[in-house]
Amino acid sequence: MVPRFWRKIKYRYDVVGSYCEKCGSYYYPKRELCPRCRRKGRLRDEKFPDEGTILSYTVVNGRIIAMIELNNGARTLAEVCAEKAEIGMRVRKAFRRYGEDGDAGIIYYGTKFVPIC
Amino acid sequence: MIGIVSYGTYIPKFRIKVEEIARIWGEDPVAIKSGLGVAEKSVPDIDEDTATMAVEAGREALMRAKIPAEKIGAVFVGSESHPYAVKPTATIVGEALGIGNYYYCADLEFACKAATAGMQICYALVKSGMIEYGMSIGSDTAQSKPGDALEYTAGAGASAIIIGKDPIAEIEATVSYTSDTPDFWRRELQPYPSHGGRFTGAPAYFRHVTSAAKRLMELLGYSEKDFDYAVFHQPNAKFPQRVAGMLGFKEEKIVDGMIVRAIGNTYSAASLLGLCGILDVAKPDQRILLVSFGSGAGSDAFAIRVTDKILDYPRNVRVWDKVKNCVYLDYALYLKHRRMIK
Repeated sequence: MVPRFWRKIKYRYDVVGSYCEKCGSYYYPKRELCPRCRRKGRLRDEKFPDEGTILSYTVVNGRIIAMIELNNGARTLAEVCAEKAEIGMRVRKAFRRYGEDGDAGIIYYGTKFVPIC
Repeated sequence: MIGIVSYGTYIPKFRIKVEEIARIWGEDPVAIKSGLGVAEKSVPDIDEDTATMAVEAGREALMRAKIPAEKIGAVFVGSESHPYAVKPTATIVGEALGIGNYYYCADLEFACKAATAGMQICYALVKSGMIEYGMSIGSDTAQSKPGDALEYTAGAGASAIIIGKDPIAEIEATVSYTSDTPDFWRRELQPYPSHGGRFTGAPAYFRHVTSAAKRLMELLGYSEKDFDYAVFHQPNAKFPQRVAGMLGFKEEKIVDGMIVRAIGNTYSAASLLGLCGILDVAKPDQRILLVSFGSGAGSDAFAIRVTDKILDYPRNVRVWDKVKNCVYLDYALYLKHRRMIK
């Protein structure tokens, strides 16, 4: 599991996603192919805005999982660290633990979101 | 002129009150509060640790400095609660801040003074011309054995300092006082630290802090009158208050830096959070005495003079305002947050 996590570090530690130079679309998480332009698309990595708005959310096992629209229009599913969430709530990125590979394995870190107060 | 070009802080939003901990152990909260001068402490979220808090503090420092991340030539993280026993925290921080790959990097450990040691290293690297900017971060989710006296104060927080030229606060000089004094320790594979009780006072904290401070003042020809503010390592509120008195500093010179009163002892971050609380309100030409203390034991003393650059430096959100925004936990949730129950 270590190499699989390691490959994603750049995209998880910060909000780095894909931008299609042909159609101007943003994707987060990163994509290998632009679903609109297909083989004609030209994707490159780009650092996305730190803030966004909750479009919708659900609560799974006490965790808030939200569809967040970042300020550049890219949409992503991410955990929101808060007591409660609301549609339209403004959030910003936060660096948190995702989990760990048992007591002796590596710790997975990445981006979650917190309310802007 | 070399000194602090930027600073950032992070304080988790959760708190537990002394009353709640005392309720579990059948102790008298009034006596504990008056003995320590601390009423509550900060607690990390369930998915926060030393690395995540270090990143948040580092991000704020970088954003306020308005310097490109790649210009940071060194990252040091001082802590006694690094998430890994073997594997650096500083690499996680460097990666998350987007510093690139060509930078000096290490985790530092010297109980609660590791981050001021990191500042000294950054200062020397900048002075020698090896780097343009260096970042030293103090971050801790302090460990304490349930039921131990430390449990009332062991808090969580982080503070990041960027050292470089053309600073908002010049480091005029720094000295260290070090001796082998086993007042507080944690052996390999032990989950919680042990301490020498009252032995942590006179031969440890007070001797090291006063010796470093006096030596610094001698070196520069200063007395306590030359300093507008003083900030000391703050394991509780009583120690820095008493040491301030021993060195001749009145309450009004230390009050802005006494973050411990609101969030407890943040270990490696403690004296630096206090310094940031002072930098939040300091004016040009004011002088600050900073003295850290790390058990084991040592103290790093700094004479810091605020420059005109601070007037254009963005200081919001201030440390004391970050302290206000909090959610209280009961003891069971506290144990869950500290991952003592899973």
